[in-house]
Parts: sequence; C-alpha cells; structure tokens
Amino acid sequence: MTGSSATSLRSRLTRLAESATTPLVPADFLDLFAPLRAGADLRGRIEQITAETPDAATIVIRPGADWAGHKPGQYLRIGIDVNGVRQWRAYSLTHGPRADGRISITVKAVPDGMVSNHLVHEAVPGTLVHLEQAAGEFVLNSDHDKLLFVTAGSGITPVIGMLRNLFPSTDTGVLKLDRSKDLDIVVVHVAPSEPDSIFLRDLQALDASGAIRLVARYDDVHGVLKVDDLTDLVADLADRRTLACGPAGLLDALGAHHEAAGLELVTEQFRTARVEPGEGGSISFANGTTVELDGATSILDGAEEAGVLMPSGCRMGICMGCVLPMTQGSVRDLRNGQITTAVPGETGPGATGAVKIQTCISAAAGACDLDH
Amino acid sequence: MTTIQKQAQSPIAHLTPEDIEQIGVELDAIRQSVLDSRGADDAAYIRKVIKVQRSLELGSRAVLLASIFPPAWVVGTAGLSVAKILENMEIGHNILHGQWDWMRDPKIHSTTWEWDMATPARAWQHSHNELHHTYTNVIGKDNDLGYGIMRVDEDQRWHPFFLAQPLWNFINACFFEYGIAAYDLELGRHLRVPKDKRSPQFKAEVRAVLKKIRAQATKDYLVHPALSIPTGSFLPTLAANFTANVVRNLWSHSVIMCGHFPEGVETFEKASIDGETHGEWYVRQMLGSANISGSKAMHMMTGNLSFQIEHHLFPDLNSNRYAEIAPQVQALFEKYGLTYTTGSLPKQVYSAWHKVVRLSLPNGWLATTTKKNLPSQVALLYKMSKGGPKVRRAAQARLDQVARRQDLAA
Ligand code: FES
Repeated sequence: MTGSSATSLRSRLTRLAESATTPLVPADFLDLFAPLRAGADLRGRIEQITAETPDAATIVIRPGADWAGHKPGQYLRIGIDVNGVRQWRAYSLTHGPRADGRISITVKAVPDGMVSNHLVHEAVPGTLVHLEQAAGEFVLNSDHDKLLFVTAGSGITPVIGMLRNLFPSTDTGVLKLDRSKDLDIVVVHVAPSEPDSIFLRDLQALDASGAIRLVARYDDVHGVLKVDDLTDLVADLADRRTLACGPAGLLDALGAHHEAAGLELVTEQFRTARVEPGEGGSISFANGTTVELDGATSILDGAEEAGVLMPSGCRMGICMGCVLPMTQGSVRDLRNGQITTAVPGETGPGATGAVKIQTCISAAAGACDLDH
Repeated sequence: MTTIQKQAQSPIAHLTPEDIEQIGVELDAIRQSVLDSRGADDAAYIRKVIKVQRSLELGSRAVLLASIFPPAWVVGTAGLSVAKILENMEIGHNILHGQWDWMRDPKIHSTTWEWDMATPARAWQHSHNELHHTYTNVIGKDNDLGYGIMRVDEDQRWHPFFLAQPLWNFINACFFEYGIAAYDLELGRHLRVPKDKRSPQFKAEVRAVLKKIRAQATKDYLVHPALSIPTGSFLPTLAANFTANVVRNLWSHSVIMCGHFPEGVETFEKASIDGETHGEWYVRQMLGSANISGSKAMHMMTGNLSFQIEHHLFPDLNSNRYAEIAPQVQALFEKYGLTYTTGSLPKQVYSAWHKVVRLSLPNGWLATTTKKNLPSQVALLYKMSKGGPKVRRAAQARLDQVARRQDLAA
C-alpha cells in the first residue's frame, strides 16, 4: 500500500470512529483505559513519592508515550488537581534523562504554597497529572557546570525557583542532591537596599551551606551596580554562563556587556509577581480597549457602559452566558466576596493561565486582562 | 391553579418584605456552606459518573453487536437506555449549567461540553439557563410552561384546539429531544415569518441543529447498526437504539414535567417580576418548583432534578450536593410557612398528567362531571367545540356557576 492511500484509509477510519462516538470523540473512550497512550493529551502518572526531608519530596512520574524528552536544567509544567481544582506550576526536572523513561521533580513545600504542599504531603502514587513538554532555554551543560545568576529586585523569583529545585532547602538544612553536588554557582543579587525577604534568607542559607556563593549588592551601601563591576565581583566571569532576571535596563546593559566580551547570556522570565487583590481596577480587552472600574460594579455592566460588546444572559450569575477567559489579574465575586485570580502559567494550561469568569457577578480586584 | 397574583388567598401574603429578604440571606448562607466545603470528593464524584456512563455505553453497544439474539437485545437496550439517561441528566444537563466549571478542567466545562441530544449545547444553554431559569414560571416569559403549544393555566382562554393537548404531550414526550430542539430554535415564532425575511442568525441556528441531528442519527441509525451486520444484527441494533432514545425521551420528559407542572406549583404574572429583588427571585423559585421523593438511584437517574427546588434556587451548585442541603431548604420553607411541594414519581407524574388533561378541557368541566351527568356534559363540550366564541363564553359561564355552587356545598 502506498503512503498516501494508507493515510487516507487512516483518516477514513478515524472519521468512522468519530461518527460512532459523536458528540464525544474516540479519545474520550480510549482515555478510560489508556490515558498515557500515544496520541493522547500529554499526561503522566505519579509512580513514586519519596520524602527527602519532612518538607520536601521527590516525585517520580511516568510520562505519556508522547513525552519528547528533556535536557538537564529544563523545567516542566505540571497540572494537578488540588481540592478538585486544576492548578499548573513549573518545576525543574530533577534528573537528566533516565534509562527507565521516567521523570522526576523535587519539590519543597513552601509556606502558603498550595501546590507544593499538596505534592509533598497529600499526593499519592497512581495520581494522573497533566503535563506539558519540557521547556527552558537555560539548560545545564553538565553536572559540573559553572554558572552565574544575576538578579535584580523581583527578578530573584525565577532564580530562587531554579535554585530550590537544584538545592532544596528544607527545615533541616540544604539538601545536596546527587545531580547538583558538583555545580559551581555564583549569585549576584542587586536591590536598592537590603530587603527582608524569605528569598534573601534562602539565598543566605544556600551561601552558608556552600551550595552557592552569594554576592549581594545594595545600592544604598555599595552604590548602583555597573555591569563592568561584574569582572571584579566574579573573578572567573569568563568561564561562566550567565542567567539574568530583572528590569529591562539591567538586561539590556548586560546584553551589551556580554556581547562585547563574547560571553554567553540567557535571560528568562519564569513567572510574574503576584499582585495583592485590591478594590476596582482597569480591565483590558484583547483589542486594546481598557475600562476603569470600581470595586462595586460588575465587569459586565461596566464594560457595556463603556461601549464594549459583551456576551450576557441572566445577569445574575446562573446561566454562564457571560463567561469570558481572564488571562491575568484578580476579580471579586460580588455575591460573596470570593477572589478569583489568574496567574499566567499557573491557573491554566499553556502560558496564558486563563481562568473563565462570569463577568456579571465579578468586579475588578486589581488590573485584569480579558481575552475578548 | 392561577397565577399567584390573582389568587384570592396568596400563599405569600403573610410574608413581609423583611421576611423575603431574610429568606434570601438564609439561602445565600446555605449556598456558601456548599462552596466552602466542595473539593476533591466532588471532583472525584463527577469523574466517576462520567467513567461509569461511558463504560456502560461502550459495554451496551458491544453487546448490541449481537442483538439478533433476544437476550443480547434486551440487555444491550436496557444498558444503552440507562447510559443515555445518565449522559443527558446527571452529566450533560448539570455540566451545561456550569456546576463543574470550578474544577477548571477544560474537558468538563460549560463552555466546551457537548451532549447526546438533538439540540446543540449552546442553543439549549440560552433557552434553558438564561430564559427558563431566570423567568421560571412567569406566564408569557417562561416558555417551558407548555412549550408554547399547551394550555397550562386556567387563565389562558380555552379553545377546542386544546382538546388534543394530552395527545400532543404524549407525542412530545416520545420525541422530546426534537421538541426541545424546535423549542430552542423558537421554531413556531420564526416559521410565521415569511421565508425570505428570516434572520441570518436563525438560519445559522437551523443549520447547526440539522448538522447535530444528522450526526446523531448517523451514529444511532447507521454506523452502529452497520457495525452489527457481521452477526446479521443491523435491524435489531437499529431498533435497540431507537428504543433507547425513546426511553430516554419519555423519562426526561416525565422528570421535567414533574419539576414545574404538578398541582401545588405556582405561576406568576409578567408584571410581578419588574424590579424583583434577590429575595423575591428566590421565593419565586421556591414556589415554582416541585421535588420528587425516592431512592438514591432514582435521584441519580433524574440528574438530581428530583431536587428541582434546590436546583432552581442554586442552579450552579454541583448536583451531588442537593440531597445534603434539601433538609435545610425544607426547614426554611416550614419556618416561613411555605409549601415544599414534593411527592413520589408516580404521584407527581399522575398529578402533572391530570393537569394536562384538566386544562385540555374548559375550566370546571372535569370538576363538575359525574357519572350521572356525563351525557349532558359531553353534549355541552361538543357544543363548545363546534360553536363560536359566543357559544363558548355562555357555556363557560354556566360551567363556572355550577362549579361555584359545588364549591359552596362542599
Ligand atoms: S449573565 Fe448569566 S451568569 Fe452571567
């Protein structure tokens, strides 16, 4: 049989199968028996959870047949149901590719971390999770890579995420995992003044345990950092690959500096900082319109008032005729004050984080983006 | 029954505006208690129901591949009927209400779900969630009352046309899914418009319905029977699928009739909902619905619409919790001196059908008919059916008089 007639037979069979299962698709039935099969949405099954310390665990997952593999240092986005609600988080993969085809993540339960606490304390082997293919520009070349992290302000967040994965710092000290014991990492952290933050304490603990070398630079003590200073702060700068996270000004300056010096530089945005929900805010629509709303007006009323064409129905929260995806921001349920927050990369699959909200009973609780 | 606003003794006359607002506050608290406690167990529930339903459907269809053998036909048809009922009621209806949207599972969401029904999910959501649930039992606004072709209230003027309504109702029950599709399209209203003046939106909706019906019919009446050809079971499988569809239609029609049609369920005047408060809306839902009592399995098969009162109060709460809040809701009815209408399935079905028959006849006709006066009553009915409006009015006046006298004597 020739290739093209094989594919046309195949597509005819697919269509036949679809006409036998409509309005469902054949996959809906196959998922009952073989959720990890080739061609299925990418999923994985938790096979093993090993406690590393009382508040950290390594989770071994058997990925679905379509898992495309990964490189050391890459991360993975995993969707898991916590209290029945799907949540998405990114975790660095603990191992390089393993012979048994399984993958693992090491998770430290952080305070208020809904997903990390669930994974460490509640998740059980056998649980089906949703996966996305491994991602991340920043890959470790080897187990004894030499790296420099440059972070400024809230740019520390993604780097902390990465370091926590490499060296889970637990209540009983910093965990030295096999894969990261030979890594040589320097972190240059820049801030206007010494902040009192858990992140900084984390870095200091890592420094004290010898996992990293921390160079903290505060504008009020050391003066504003110039990128040329880096050569003095990090003697072997030329041997290191640099990962930077921070405001655009710093990244641009670093880019110019490294390019001139012929050094490797990666910049990465892992997640945006969370904003505390407030009262009212501006709603941005996909076409660029923005509407300023107070905290007592429903988004539906407010947007219509401002001339935006909105889907709607009962206008009282029962018909779901007004549901729109919110890609970022927080809204407050006018009936009971409950806050719903969309965080890119966490509250939905893909990079969007879209959460579907009922605009007729939701008021802005800070700036929000609606995909409409 | 006549609308609550026209009754001599309104069942809510004793409630002050403060009472009504307080009812709203107390119902909100019940709703919140469910929101606060819902989680992994609820999610596991709906996933399990979906899994059981799909397995049952798959198994039944597999058995029907050999439906030429009578035992296989019986088992397969019964299984498929149950699977179709579960799919429509506990799964489809409730997901399309957004009861499970909170799980943020894109596969189990009101904006993505499609069901085994002639009417496309989106069209149904508009007419059901938006119109019926918002305007529940408001005469002239809620077309669910009689689907626009039946006489559902004494206040609607009688016409000989309605004599056929028990028959209509039965035919509608057998082919309920098509009735719903026509109803969602507002077919009657649109067909009165000349063909070239019909809106493009209506035409698009018709195309969507026809496409859906074609796919549904191809599956049940062509593909699966054809798959049964190797055992010589083409026709038996076709008959089995047809039977399962009719069983599902009759069942869902009965359950839905029980929700708003039995005696004791109130209707409301159109003007009464102008500026309706949150509390007043709740009270209308309380009095406009009726429950069905029965076993756990019965509740499951009705998609928990047997908790119609709770469902109408909280249409977006996941159905598996209605049973748990029903006693609290019932206590609230008692506290405020309201009637919580409920009864067994046979009782409510009888009550609903009795009403259909009673209203197919002129007001008071059934009540004033005895064995003795049957011939004269039939003669009167004949006269009313043949005569013009004038004759009808005169005869109706006489019937009313007899009925009043009978009431006084009782
Ligand atoms: S318009 Fe009906 S739920 Fe928002």
